[in-house]
Amino acid sequence: MSQEFRLNNEGLINRKKEIIFSFNGKKYTGYEGDTLASALLANGVHLVSRSFKYHRPRGFFGAGVDEPNAKLQVTMNGYSEPNVNATEIELVKGLSANSQNCWPSVNFDVGAINNFLNRFFPAGFYYKTFMWPKSFWYKIYEPFIRKAAGLGVASVEKDNERYEHKYEYCDLLVAGSGPAGLSSAFAAAKNGAKVILAEDKPRFGGTLLTDDVTIDNLSGKDWADKIISELKEMPNVVVKNRSQVFGYYDHNMTVMFERIGDHLEQKSKFTPRQRLWYIRAKEVLLSTGSIERPIVFGNNDTPGIFLSAAAKEYIKVYGVLVGKKPVIFTNNDSAYETALEFKKNGINPIVLDTREEQNSQLVQDVKNQNITIKFSHAIIVANGYKKVNSVLVGKLNKNKTDYEKTEIIECDCVCVSGFWTPTVHLASQSGNKLSYNDKIDAFVPDKSKQSEKSIGAANGTFTLKETIENGFKIGSEASSRITKKNNPITIPKSNELNHNPHDKFWCSPLPKGKNYKRFVDFQNDVAVSDIEIALKEGYRSIEHVKRYTTLGMATDQGRTSNLNGLQLVANIEKKIVPQVGHTTFRPPFTPITIGAIVGREIGKEFMPTRKTPMHDWHEKNNAVFVDAGAWKRPRYYKQGNETLSEASRREAKNVRDYVGICDVTTLGKIDIKGPDAAELLNRVYTNAWLKLPVGKARYGVMLREDGIVMDDGTTTRISENHFHMTTTTLQAANVLSHLEYYLQVVWPELNVNVLSTTEQWAGLSLAGPKSRDVLAKLFPNLNVSNEALPFMGYVEGSLFGVEARIFRISFSGELAFEINVKSDHGIFMWEKTMEIGKEFNIQPYGTEALSTLRIEMGHVAGPELDGRTIPYDLSLEGLISNNKDFIGKRSLGREAFKSDSRQKIVGLIPVDKKSSIPEGSHLVENKDAKLPNPKIGYVSSSCWSVENNNPFSLGILKNGKNMIGKKLFALSPLKNTVIEVEVISSHYVDHEGKRVRS
Amino acid sequence: MLNIKCPYCGDRAQKEFAYGGDGTVKRPELNKEVSNKEWDDFVYMRKSLRGKHIELWHHISGCRQWFRAQRDTATHEIFKTAKISEEI
Repeated sequence: MSQEFRLNNEGLINRKKEIIFSFNGKKYTGYEGDTLASALLANGVHLVSRSFKYHRPRGFFGAGVDEPNAKLQVTMNGYSEPNVNATEIELVKGLSANSQNCWPSVNFDVGAINNFLNRFFPAGFYYKTFMWPKSFWYKIYEPFIRKAAGLGVASVEKDNERYEHKYEYCDLLVAGSGPAGLSSAFAAAKNGAKVILAEDKPRFGGTLLTDDVTIDNLSGKDWADKIISELKEMPNVVVKNRSQVFGYYDHNMTVMFERIGDHLEQKSKFTPRQRLWYIRAKEVLLSTGSIERPIVFGNNDTPGIFLSAAAKEYIKVYGVLVGKKPVIFTNNDSAYETALEFKKNGINPIVLDTREEQNSQLVQDVKNQNITIKFSHAIIVANGYKKVNSVLVGKLNKNKTDYEKTEIIECDCVCVSGFWTPTVHLASQSGNKLSYNDKIDAFVPDKSKQSEKSIGAANGTFTLKETIENGFKIGSEASSRITKKNNPITIPKSNELNHNPHDKFWCSPLPKGKNYKRFVDFQNDVAVSDIEIALKEGYRSIEHVKRYTTLGMATDQGRTSNLNGLQLVANIEKKIVPQVGHTTFRPPFTPITIGAIVGREIGKEFMPTRKTPMHDWHEKNNAVFVDAGAWKRPRYYKQGNETLSEASRREAKNVRDYVGICDVTTLGKIDIKGPDAAELLNRVYTNAWLKLPVGKARYGVMLREDGIVMDDGTTTRISENHFHMTTTTLQAANVLSHLEYYLQVVWPELNVNVLSTTEQWAGLSLAGPKSRDVLAKLFPNLNVSNEALPFMGYVEGSLFGVEARIFRISFSGELAFEINVKSDHGIFMWEKTMEIGKEFNIQPYGTEALSTLRIEMGHVAGPELDGRTIPYDLSLEGLISNNKDFIGKRSLGREAFKSDSRQKIVGLIPVDKKSSIPEGSHLVENKDAKLPNPKIGYVSSSCWSVENNNPFSLGILKNGKNMIGKKLFALSPLKNTVIEVEVISSHYVDHEGKRVRS
Repeated sequence: MLNIKCPYCGDRAQKEFAYGGDGTVKRPELNKEVSNKEWDDFVYMRKSLRGKHIELWHHISGCRQWFRAQRDTATHEIFKTAKISEEI
């Protein structure tokens, strides 16, 4: 099909470059610079979608963000995206689009039966219909609604595009590059301010591209081009097209959505598709313009009916006629500009004006062109199903409540203008309380809450002269407040035709006995009758009316429907619009992609990965990793076809029998220095620290102020005023913040510095009866005997020339040592230890074996330190000093914490000695009790005891100290298991602690 | 995202900070007898004010200093920030 609606001498498209694309499977041709909408219209395609509820045929209505109908499923580069606005997406080679919400096709849609049944689908239909019976909800109603809801289909393929985030700071952000934006950005830039000028569309200039005006004797477009090229030359200015500021948040943080890749035929691998800019501006100027609103009449949603400014934009920007036999329906002067554009291209429109005879300059111009104008006329109803073919027109009576006579006018398109609504979304998002301006029948920004100001049409200023004057003035003032410079400016002279005031007429009355559907909200299919029903049923608040009818709740956020909806509610309620108020504007202004929100934080970039210096070795030796916070820790080292449990038992057994080596780099390490370091520890830990000798380590437990255990670990006195603290892997950051809080806020008099050294030291644990033999060979010059290096001892040594710290501490309950070297030497230390340990049968062990070893010993870890336990619960009451105060001590005096039947840690073994007890199981006395079965405890950690060769668990049990020997049941509703267990001591192996001291 | 002026580093984005709660709470002195009520007030009782609130923030991804801020909980306006040693 040739582009029979394309004009030869109009438009800003590149005719030298043809682009072939497809729509609903058919090939079409357009030009570079087209949108999908303009290219389809050039080919005479109007019917593009079916409406949401009634599946009525819908065509294009706007030419940009105002478009409510043309949401298409678009495929580019093999990636399919739903709900793409055809009026915004630029035409690019290979683009393929399909209609949504219709089956089997947009031309013949079975769902259109809803249109003929529409009296059964009034406002609140879903609320009313799907209420009863209740049991139907889950199986019948919900699946049905889910299927009917939504428009396009989200892709299930992986999105291979690249998305980026950027953070930017500037003095002035100017949103919108129409006359207001250009003049304010220019004035601000001349004052040396750092300016970002953002334009949503590909072309700068806004209405200057379509309006017949001159500035400084240049056409609007030429003046815009001149200003933009000057701005681009200035080093303090960033000019961005295809960039929409869509959200305004606290403290002048705005977010801008930049479309970079979609319009490019070829892009490099590293060119992102879209970029999100977080812009913190000292001042934001909102030059977001205005959106034309429709007049409501019968079947006003028929394809071929456009906003009048959209029709003008299709001619001026794209060189496309939306029809060749237009009817223009207006209540104001601006639609006359559209009439003139048609006329210039040899088309004779008919103008219907709801006002009485007008004689403004613009109307006079139209009259001089011999264009037919019918004053006091309105469209009653549009005829045609898939495309408008005529309109029934009536001469309005004096009160404009009925028609004196009617006639039919044939046409192939209707251009409608119901005056202009300032785009106040961003201002409102910023917290600006809007006020109603009676002169323009719309809300305008009023008192700013943040540093923002609306200018031009966004502020309700509709003349070019005033807009430019304000733009220069406000841009200059705002910038000079920041830069303290005041460059003199000359405001350029502009030329435009005067407009007469608009008519408040917004909805054509229904003739007696007629029941035409008159749509207020196209995208959500909300008609005048729906809103009437909502009010009849008692809904009063506009927020409730909105939710009940879904007025303005579609992806277009009611850009064209909002005010007409408010007007309707006001009329019925016999109020005025400001009394009705408006609903809340929320970001984003237009839909943005999930990809842009997520940015680069996907896959392995979702969060940072922390690897120990020995990570590569683990990898090479078949380690299976587990996440511990951001750390990767070896869970077990797989040999052959071993399962997790086989491998972990082997590794744990090897520790008990010989010697194992475990990477403990991930434990939190905090360096504590200063004359009051011991005093700090004494206040932070529950036990006494002042008298810990140099060269000794001590186990400590720290509490929160509410008495709950926060963390545990060993801390070593390296020298008089220097301690090395260790924390659990997961609490490392919290413990550091905790110490800093007390040092800085509570006890600033303590002279202590704390510093995280977790990543400065690589650590390994050497555990098992043969560990001393390995250690002795690693440090041949060091006396590592039990006497020289006793349990909880500390020495420094040289590991083949590498400085090392050796701690005799144990988590496994075996004779064990921990060696730390500077991170760079971690792999050397590890490999050397493996090499030397070979003759002692050394094997690496992972966190699973580590857990087994500590559970058998009754040592507590994360699952027991779960934020609900006090020291007594964990049998750590022996660590509570009676001779000093410490964080959380006062709370331990609370009645419940002293209760005799308080929960306590116990050991649990299955009576059958075979069944593993799932962690998280509930402990109950009677497995068959009526539900809810009273729970007296829970299973916190489970393992297979390698020492006794049967399952063993730790649990926290009510009255635990008196329960030893009792038989209980461990129920796991998740795993569906019921296991009879016997309560025993939590120290299952070596309960006298002989091994660690051997 | 708020813009918070760290008294040590200057204006920074909120994501560099951790919130630290009511900045007027005073911990009872160590080794001092305190009543149950006094202790409970310190550990648990916090006001949920609408309006000006003095609170603690921790510049956790920056200088790691704790400081106080006076913020309006309804509007998020931050009137002042001050080092712990300073009056707010």
